[in-house]
Amino acid sequence: MSRFRLAAGDTRWPACLSDLGALRGCPWVHSLWVEGELPALPGVAVVGSRRASVAGVETARRIAGDLARRGVTVVSGLARGVDCAAHGGCLSAGGRTVAVLGCGLDVDYPPQNSALRQTVRASGALISEYGLDDAPVSWHFPHRNRIIAGLCSAVVVVEARVGSGALSTARWALDLGREVLAVPGSILGRANEGSNRLLRDGARPYLDVSDIEDLLPAWARAQVLPRRIDGSAHEDPGTGRQRRLDGERSRLLAIIGAEPVHRESLGLALGLGASQLAVLVGEMELAGSIRILPGGLVSRTRW
Amino acid sequence: MPLDEVACIGELALDGGVRGVAGMLPMARRLLASGIRHLVVATENAAEAAMVEGTSVIGVDSLAMAVAHLEGRIPLQPVSAPPMGDVPPHGGVDLAAVRGQALAKRALEIAAAGRHNLLMLGAPGAGKTMLARAFAGLLPDLGSDEALEVAALYSLRGRLSDRPLTSLRPPLRAPHHSVSRAGLIGGGAGIAHPGEVSLAHRGVLFLDEICEFPRGHLEALRQPLEERRVAVTRVRATVVFPADFVLVAAANPCPCGRLGQPSGPSCRCPEEVINRYQSRLSGPMRDRIDMTVEVPRLGGDALLGGANEEPTAKVRERVAAAQARQLERAAATGVTANALLEGDQLLHACRLDTRARDALTIAGEKWRLSARAYHRVLRVGRTIADLAGEDRVGREAVIEAFQLRGQVQ
Repeated sequence: MSRFRLAAGDTRWPACLSDLGALRGCPWVHSLWVEGELPALPGVAVVGSRRASVAGVETARRIAGDLARRGVTVVSGLARGVDCAAHGGCLSAGGRTVAVLGCGLDVDYPPQNSALRQTVRASGALISEYGLDDAPVSWHFPHRNRIIAGLCSAVVVVEARVGSGALSTARWALDLGREVLAVPGSILGRANEGSNRLLRDGARPYLDVSDIEDLLPAWARAQVLPRRIDGSAHEDPGTGRQRRLDGERSRLLAIIGAEPVHRESLGLALGLGASQLAVLVGEMELAGSIRILPGGLVSRTRW
Repeated sequence: MPLDEVACIGELALDGGVRGVAGMLPMARRLLASGIRHLVVATENAAEAAMVEGTSVIGVDSLAMAVAHLEGRIPLQPVSAPPMGDVPPHGGVDLAAVRGQALAKRALEIAAAGRHNLLMLGAPGAGKTMLARAFAGLLPDLGSDEALEVAALYSLRGRLSDRPLTSLRPPLRAPHHSVSRAGLIGGGAGIAHPGEVSLAHRGVLFLDEICEFPRGHLEALRQPLEERRVAVTRVRATVVFPADFVLVAAANPCPCGRLGQPSGPSCRCPEEVINRYQSRLSGPMRDRIDMTVEVPRLGGDALLGGANEEPTAKVRERVAAAQARQLERAAATGVTANALLEGDQLLHACRLDTRARDALTIAGEKWRLSARAYHRVLRVGRTIADLAGEDRVGREAVIEAFQLRGQVQ
């Protein structure tokens, strides 16, 4: 495992980080601990809620996957939820990713992601401006966000609440003159309030990868890596199966839409008895086309 | 009649009056078994003692009355036994009164048919208590021997006011989580009393907010859940009480109770807190709970619509038919309820077809099921097939059983 310390001005120092120095009131980044190998930078950051919905996680995976297939480095913060999905989506599409930590490289935080951390290190880099043993203190994270913003040419915000860390990344990005994009979300509930407000304030809506194409380096616009067959859930091996779904199954999927629906409501909407519904849902869960969440909510696995 | 063929039981007061005592019914049964069929007891105990068939019971109010009767001076007429089942149906909740909750109701039906222990997860106010009360109504009437056995336990506890003596309905006990261990399992000073687990014998033990019960209490439930009886050890003796109940437990899905709510404010409990909360139910308890069902708090339209709810009586008929099928099989296996099937007996009873086996294999790989989890699914699947009147457990039954296995592993 290669671990090294980069000082500002080093030949390998990412040029895009120098923009941070030009920014008034921005804490200076003296040096960085790097573990792994730094991929091509600037990349694109995909950030969002730690408590993301199933749809949010899926969205982040898809965006990161699409970017990865164009050879773009995906930058995120290795937090739970969207960050984690962004790294994962990028890696399963065969891309390279950078995780900027809010603690020292030797600190295993958040503990749930230690496996993901290994894979990120293997096909990209972990970066931290903190000492190897520094604890994940709360004020580290907003500071860390300036590095995420610095390492990318654009930030895509997926599902952010008002006051969330993703919005602080977006703010740094604006200050640095990077493009900020946000994925439009439901106006019910608070889950998308922050990202939707970004859109109202002039952020570019992200609907698919074409929305970001002009911001990518020229080589990335042309190049599209082939989709990997063994990729994970979102790689839609389901197109063939989709056609074969009988009426009830497709009706059920149509009802679910983007937001998970409770089993109870599904039964009412489909006019099925509890037993028939359980069999239908069970078969679909077994086939992997839906997932049952704690509490009895039913979610799609593919969009 | 010679006095050595007569038993006189009662509490003698200083004024010569005779008062009733607890445990008359089991005493009368025991006496009859040892050949004593003439009893003289307090009037308030007379009907209870007379329930034991073959016993002749005289009720007296005072010692003087008893002496006069035994000397033949003023002979009294034996009390006749109250007819079994001659009580108005218990004021439980009819299933039709519970709106919506189709899945929970289906789970109740399956649980009643196979005597499976059931866990309901849902926010406060979702209707878990109402469902549990309706559940007792789904169980068929007890046989008169069983009813007498139950009445004997209430008699021992001195709790006949809780339950009409002659009731044939399976009992429902719902102790609060502040219950003492002795109150729940049995015990007490002096002679051991049966606890709530025994008062729920042949009926339902409903533990609301099961995560709030002290851990020791839940550990102590292990023996009755596994052996269908409970041994209460006192200083002088160990007493074994029957405790064959269906456990219906209810819990919030997370400390705030809002996890997985279809509408309203969403849950804000951190994942670790949810895991810790649900792990209170881990281990031996979970192994004995065959089914888990979520009970969502429904919005107004769901509560007002769907007026066509099935009444308890109709579901109970299906439950009784499914239980009859289990009894037919019991002739060969000796196991009277699907919830008690284990190992080879279970596999043999299921007679899985190929499509069902396929589903089990795929699901087993997908969710990395333990052997115990497999068995739970098979037991529940067996009951689903019994409710459908099928000899073999098919794919649909297995798939439906998977849906009732619950998320917590």
